[in-house]
Amino acid sequence: MAWFKREHGELDTSGEKRVKTEGLWVKCDQCRQIIWKKDLDQNLHVCPKCDRHFRIDARTRLSYLLDDGKYEVEDNNLVSTNPLQFTDLKAYSDRLKRSQQDTGLNDAVINARGTLDGKPVIVSAMEYSFIGGSMGAVVGEMITRAVEKATAGKLPLIVISASGGARMMEGVISLMQLAKISAALARMDTAKVPYISVMTDPTTGGTTASFAMLGDLNIAEPGALIGFAGPRVIEQTIRQKLPEGFQRSEFLLQHGMLDAVVHRRDLKSYISRSLDFMKAPADSVASA
Amino acid sequence: MANETELSSQQSGMLSALDFWICAVEAVCHTAVGREGSYMEAVSKAQDELERIETQIQQLQTVAGDNQDAQKQLQVLHDRIEALRRQMAGQLTPWERTELARHANRPYPLDYIERIFPDFSEIHGDRSFGDDAAMVCGMARFRGREVLVLGTQKGRDTKQRVHRNFGQPNPEGYRKALRAMKFAEKWRRPVISLIDVVGAYPGLGAEERGQAEAIAHNLREMARLQVPFVAVITGEGGSGGALAIAVADRVLMMENSIYSVISPEGCASIMWRDSTKKDIAAQALRITAKDNLELGICDEVIPEPAGGAHHDPDAAANSLADMLEKHLSELEKLPTDALLNARYDKFRKMAQYFEVQTAPA
Ligand SMILES: [Zn+2]
Repeated sequence: MAWFKREHGELDTSGEKRVKTEGLWVKCDQCRQIIWKKDLDQNLHVCPKCDRHFRIDARTRLSYLLDDGKYEVEDNNLVSTNPLQFTDLKAYSDRLKRSQQDTGLNDAVINARGTLDGKPVIVSAMEYSFIGGSMGAVVGEMITRAVEKATAGKLPLIVISASGGARMMEGVISLMQLAKISAALARMDTAKVPYISVMTDPTTGGTTASFAMLGDLNIAEPGALIGFAGPRVIEQTIRQKLPEGFQRSEFLLQHGMLDAVVHRRDLKSYISRSLDFMKAPADSVASA
Repeated sequence: MANETELSSQQSGMLSALDFWICAVEAVCHTAVGREGSYMEAVSKAQDELERIETQIQQLQTVAGDNQDAQKQLQVLHDRIEALRRQMAGQLTPWERTELARHANRPYPLDYIERIFPDFSEIHGDRSFGDDAAMVCGMARFRGREVLVLGTQKGRDTKQRVHRNFGQPNPEGYRKALRAMKFAEKWRRPVISLIDVVGAYPGLGAEERGQAEAIAHNLREMARLQVPFVAVITGEGGSGGALAIAVADRVLMMENSIYSVISPEGCASIMWRDSTKKDIAAQALRITAKDNLELGICDEVIPEPAGGAHHDPDAAANSLADMLEKHLSELEKLPTDALLNARYDKFRKMAQYFEVQTAPA
């Protein structure tokens, strides 16, 4: 692929101007280079120059993963009741409304049914732009429903995390979602139904400390922030600077916490191949 | 004979002095309410005063002997002290309750263990990396049965606190706890977990060794642990670090304990960008035992002695032991399948705070 910097160097400055007016260009926050937005789109939102994996929304994610970008949406009619009537500097009800308007979703996850390389799957894809992909009662319920449906239908489940963890504005109710989802995953595990956890930037807190780390395979995109405690909290606790690359996918891989770090372009084929492996021998005999 | 029903002038004098003293304490408590910061201090002073008054009452009770009138009046004074203690506890705001849950003299899990399970035999290590002193596990006997007891431990003095890492477990602590639970499962022994933890330790090594994975793994395995399991929040129930040993058939909370997704200070500094707003955050998060009971997170609240567990650790331990007996004996009657189904349903139906609306276009 040709990009402007090398072949159309003279366009560089005009490109920067257009960033302000047209939004045709974006600056990569890793290599600091200006990228033509169309190039980025065509490259699965991965920087063509440095391989930085940009954050993408849940719909884009699903369209990359599922055959022909087609899928059926489920459980999208659940809405938080704002159980604590929580108000900090802003009312939680306003934050919810705002996120609902901005994303067109009721909460921070999409449950989808589709096929991946022809294999029927259920996918829960989290939406980071909805209150930081945080998990309250709705997200907890939706992921639990996805787990239960997958278990009952013996369909593989893929959960794609992009989440800052439990949703503070739902207090201890959000904490209990960790237990609920993990209990459903225990049954799924016992029933030997495949579950693949895909961690994307960022996956932290209660999300990591529950379903994201409970896959038959736990895989991550390159460079994603993945951890339990936030880097700032850790820095304050240990009173020292954190090493370069701390809590990034590659760091976790090195410390034995991930099965693989997979490039976005290879994600679908990696999952597809994994699903072949996770077919119980009896099933292959039956389908042969 | 008349002497037996009439008080000596000295006794009457003492009684009215005590009466005045209690009035003074009541007044102090009353005026301290609403004054920011000073309330806990006032309460703590008042509690000391009440203890002194009670000593006086006890002495007078001995002196009064058979004098029914004197005994009656002394009983009234005693009741007023108890009422005052209850009142002081009831008046606590969620933040003040948090301070009580963290009180330096509050009984820690090991204090309960030594009172309730005198023959506790500790087992150490996660068989993989190390032995985490912030998590204590062991075999014990409880009212005629073998049980596995585990708990977090903060440490009382500076040396102990460092040794126990201020009661904040590392991944190996959570892995040790799970190993102990599996040990109990193999030998069909019920599990009791006592929880008083600020949170899982947010350290560099903890991240390297998979704090999140350790907690997640525990959550899943507890959900299918094949033996009765009772968890008790005795002090602080700090988020994932507490939940990691609390996916139990019964989740109980001591009257002055808290259970929260984040500390009030942490919430205040993130949501209000001001950690001094901790009292507002504590209120908003609904972290008290009563709140958790109302929200359906906690099954039963264990009453504490008036003024808090630290006023009478023995009584608090008795209260806890009776509640453990009650719930364990109920759970022991269930066949394993029923036990596991009930545990699943409990967490499956918990915290379902959503409604069905039309899907967005
Ligand atoms: Zn780049």
